Order: sequence, then structure tokens, then C-alpha cells
Amino acid sequence: MLFYGPSGAGKKTRITCTLRELFGPGVEKLKIDQRIFLSPSKRKLEINIVQSNFHIEITPSEAGNYDRVVIQELLKEIAQTQQVDLNAKQRFKVVIINEADSLSRDAQAALRRTMEKYMSNMRIILCANSTSRLIAPIKSRCLLMRVAAPNPDEMATVLNYVAKRAPFTLPSEAAKKIIDDSGGNLRKAILVLEALKMQTPDLSGPLAIAKPDWETYCHKVADLIVSEQSPARVMEVRAKFYELLSHCIPPTIILKTVAERVVERVDESLKADIMHWAAFYEVRMRIGSKKIYHLEAWVVKVMSLYKVFIVLPSSA
Amino acid sequence: MGHLEQAKPQPFWLCRVNYSGELSEPRATSLLSIFVSPDNFRNRVLELNASDERGISIVREKIKNFARQTPRAQAASSDGKTYPCPPYKIIILDEADSMTQDAQGALRRIMETYARITRFCLVCNYVTRIIEPLASRCSKFRFTPLDPTSSSSRLAYIAQSEHIDVNSTVIDTLISTSSGDLRRAITYLQSASRLSSSTNPPTPITPVDIQEIAGVVPEAVVNDFASTLGIETDSMDVDGKGGMVASSFGAIQSKVKELMREGFSATQILSQLHDLVILHPTMNGRQKSTCALVFAEADKALCDGADEELWILEVALRVHKALTSS
Repeated sequence: MLFYGPSGAGKKTRITCTLRELFGPGVEKLKIDQRIFLSPSKRKLEINIVQSNFHIEITPSEAGNYDRVVIQELLKEIAQTQQVDLNAKQRFKVVIINEADSLSRDAQAALRRTMEKYMSNMRIILCANSTSRLIAPIKSRCLLMRVAAPNPDEMATVLNYVAKRAPFTLPSEAAKKIIDDSGGNLRKAILVLEALKMQTPDLSGPLAIAKPDWETYCHKVADLIVSEQSPARVMEVRAKFYELLSHCIPPTIILKTVAERVVERVDESLKADIMHWAAFYEVRMRIGSKKIYHLEAWVVKVMSLYKVFIVLPSSA
Repeated sequence: MGHLEQAKPQPFWLCRVNYSGELSEPRATSLLSIFVSPDNFRNRVLELNASDERGISIVREKIKNFARQTPRAQAASSDGKTYPCPPYKIIILDEADSMTQDAQGALRRIMETYARITRFCLVCNYVTRIIEPLASRCSKFRFTPLDPTSSSSRLAYIAQSEHIDVNSTVIDTLISTSSGDLRRAITYLQSASRLSSSTNPPTPITPVDIQEIAGVVPEAVVNDFASTLGIETDSMDVDGKGGMVASSFGAIQSKVKELMREGFSATQILSQLHDLVILHPTMNGRQKSTCALVFAEADKALCDGADEELWILEVALRVHKALTSS
């Protein structure tokens, strides 16, 4: 099975439900293990594994380039052992592979034959954000389950349910605001609700939803870009990008957030171009190894576009 | 099977498919049916696929060792039947295109030296990824996608023996959504039959079910997206060119966000949009080719792992521009 959909839409929840349905409440007894694998070049890889008697959950992308080794070793080991517990409801074990879309091609190729060969002992559930990066042979072997983000009404129902269980009353304006802010991500919505409840216990009056620090920081960067275009400003922006990168914010997210903010603040005719270059440099960033170059290149590009637009409005 | 029977005297086999990347024709299936005796299978066949470690060291040790042993005498089969048994062993390298160049290079000499007692059989999707010296040592078999009539008869056969109630429109949908890939069609059929039998009383399988299982974006959604970009769709008046409002940046952006929230796969959206644009009745050649360029670039970007939302937005904006500027 392959579950795919945006984050916070409930993929994990559905997987857990499937497991419970298959094996009963026994799957909830989890233990966390650390396993060590040897890469071909004798490097040690440590991988965290969550497992119960019936299933095992791994995030192979933790191993970076060596994810193929993890997949090969671990799956074969599980596949070649049979379920020993006679009371088990099913004869097979389940392997859950998180972030399947960040698996390398090699690792995905390694999955292909194992999936078929050991059908009787093992079933695989893949969990991914999108199917674009999965190779076609894997997709054709799986039952695809698209998990869409919940719509505002459904989210409101969930938030009200949480409020009822807590228990406190949730004003509808507050609920609406939270839903708008979370953009379909239910996990985020519930966390925001919790944070708000801590700040203002009665949840009435004007609410200020605290944005994550990096988001405000990105917005600041965007404002800097729009307000002045000069080499000095580029240096300033560069320092800020370094700050963001050193706090482990993924460069794609930085680029996307800054670009969205810049687009909000410029003239209609420029918007398409700015997004075009954002997409262009995003790909380069993926292919290249040093992210900061591409972020800067984009900033300079946007600045020059904007400058030209201001100086010669007719040509833009 | 006929052509494989004739092929037996050939020293090596290389089965390949056309490099358009068609998948899951019964390559592995037809291979295994040559060595039919179950008793001889174990000591005469070595099967390695991408799930096994296949670096150069394995080629040098495991494969070489297996290749140089003389095959044992043919065991009398336990079930009393006689099976054809050729006087050599077979090494099957499945998914050979994922082997490294070095490993393939190490195979060259092994293949020749032990040709009398061991035959190699490489299976791959793309023959271009097999190094030239190996490819020239093999006789090649190209497996083209199954034609619709034979896949439909196979599907009907499966449905009949599994007592699944399907009509011909469902089978047609299966074949069109899986685009010649029989395994995918069978997987879809299996999932659909599970779904339909889970309700009580069982509901018949409809083409819409198949499309949902296949992960196809519903036509209404694609049409809606297309009309936001300014492509005329069937739901609009044909002469409504003047009435078409060129949607603003904001509208397109929010539409893309909405699509992403629904969790559709970007490549799927792109390919369906592509079909819509290419077969569009009123767009002119220049517009279509500009759009096709955009789609190609986006596909490359997505393959490189670019961000989906940014690229769908990029495609949307450029298609929009192509349509409004000319």
C-alpha cells in the first residue's frame, strides 16, 4: 500500500488504523530500537527503528546515501523470518517505510523484487508526500491511497471535538482564524489551538497567532529585498540567509516563503517573473550542492527585475 | 514462448524492452518457464536482482564460483513427470540496468569463459544502460507492451476464475489507465474487487472506481484548473473567447494551493493537463508548442526532485502567459 498526501492530512493516523484493524490492540505496544548497519565502505550507520510484535517502522532516509543498504538488509531479515506468534491474527508482518519519496533510486529498485517475492511473510506500507519521485515499478505494485487535506468544515468539526473533550468552549471566529492560518494542516491547527489556549485562556477578543520565528524572519528578508536594491543590501540579505540555514531551515522552504512574501508586495506584472525565477533556482539548488549561491542568485535576479521595473516602467 | 524455444542454442540471452521504458511485460515470467523441473531449479539457477548486493566483489566471487561448477547430473523429478532440461546452468540477473558499470565490466570475461556450462540471462528495462561489450555478447529479445486485445482477454480470464463480476467497459478503463502495464491492471483489478466485496451486498465495479484507485485526477478538477489558466474547456461556450477573463496572479496561486492541498501528484496533474492541451481543438500551433516546452521543463525539474507547488505554479503561470499574450 502507498499512502500519499500533504503533511498533516492524516496519513499516519490512517496507517495506524489499518494496523489496528489487522492485528488488534497488540500493535500499540511499541519499542524503540537502534540498529547498526555496515555500509559497503565499512562505515557504521545507526538507524532508529520503532517496532511492535507485528510491525516495524523505519525512516530509511536517515541513512542518507546508504539507504539502499538499510532497505536490503532489514527487509531481507524480516522477510525471511516467519511470524512465530501462533496467536497472531495474520501470518505476515508489516513494514512501514516513512518518507518513501526521499528514498534514492537504488533503494527503490531494491524494493521491487523483495515486495513480490516475500508477499506471504511481509507486507509493505509506504508513506510519502507525493508520488512524483517514486519509480513507476513501485507505483504499479502498490494500492495507491490519496489522502487529501481536510476541508475547513471538517477541520472545524475536529477542533470543536478537541475543545469539547478538553473541555472549553471554542468561539467560531477563533476556529475560523486557526483554520485559515494552518492551510489544511490539521496537526498544525491543533498545535496552534493549544498554544493559543495557553496564551489567552478564554480565546476571545482579537487573537494574534504566533508565527514561527523563521517565518517572520523570512518576511523580514522579503521586506528588505523590496525596500532597497543595492549590493550592500544583498550582503545584508546574505547574512540573514546564513542565519536561517544554520538553524536548519530547509532552503526550499526559505525560498518559497520569501518568494511568496515578495510577490505579495510587488506589482502584478512582476509576479509571474519572480515566481518563474524562484522555480528556476529551486531546481538548481537541488542539483547543486551549495544552497546559498542559488538563494543569492535569486535575490539578485529579483532585485534587478524590480529595479528595472521602477526605473523604466514601460519595459517591464 | 515460441521464439524463446528457438533461442536455446544461443550462448547468451539478453532480454530487453524498448527504451521508452515500458514496464512489466512478462519478461521474468517467460524466463522461468524454460527451466520447468522444480527439482533441478535449485541447483541449476542462480537468480540475483536489485535487492541483492551486486557490486564488483559479488560478481568476482559469488557469480564466478557458481559459473565454474559443472552442473550436477539431472535428478529424476520427484513427481514422476519428465521435464526438458538443458545441459547447463543459468544465472539470471534481474534488473541488470541497475548494476554498476564496474560490475558489468567484470562479467565480460566470466560470460565467455564458462559459456559451455553456464548461460547468462540479463533482464532490464533499458538496454542503453547495459555496457556495449555485454550487449554485444548477448542475443537480444525485445518485449513490447502487450496489445490491448491480449491483455483484455487475460484480465477477463482472471476475473472469470476469481468470480469477479466485471463488464467490458471496466476492462477498457483498466487497460487505458494502466497504459499497457498488465501488472498494474491486475493490481487495480484486485484492489477494486476487494473494495466492492467489502460492502454488503457487494457493489459492482464501475470505471470511476478504477480511476480513483489508479490515482487519476478527476476530469472535473483538471478542467477547472485549465479554465483558470484560460484554456477553454467543454463546459464553456466555444465562442466565449472575448468573455474569458484573464485570471490574475492571485487566482492562479490560490488554485494551485488548493490543488496541492487535495494531495494530487504533480506529475499526474501535468500529464493530464498535457493531454488536454495537446488535443485541444481551438488552440493554435504556437501556443501548443510553447505549452509543451513548459511541460517538458517541469517534468525534468520534478524528476530532479524540485518542489511540486513551485513548479505547478510556474507551469500554470507560463501556460497562462502563452495563452494571453498571443
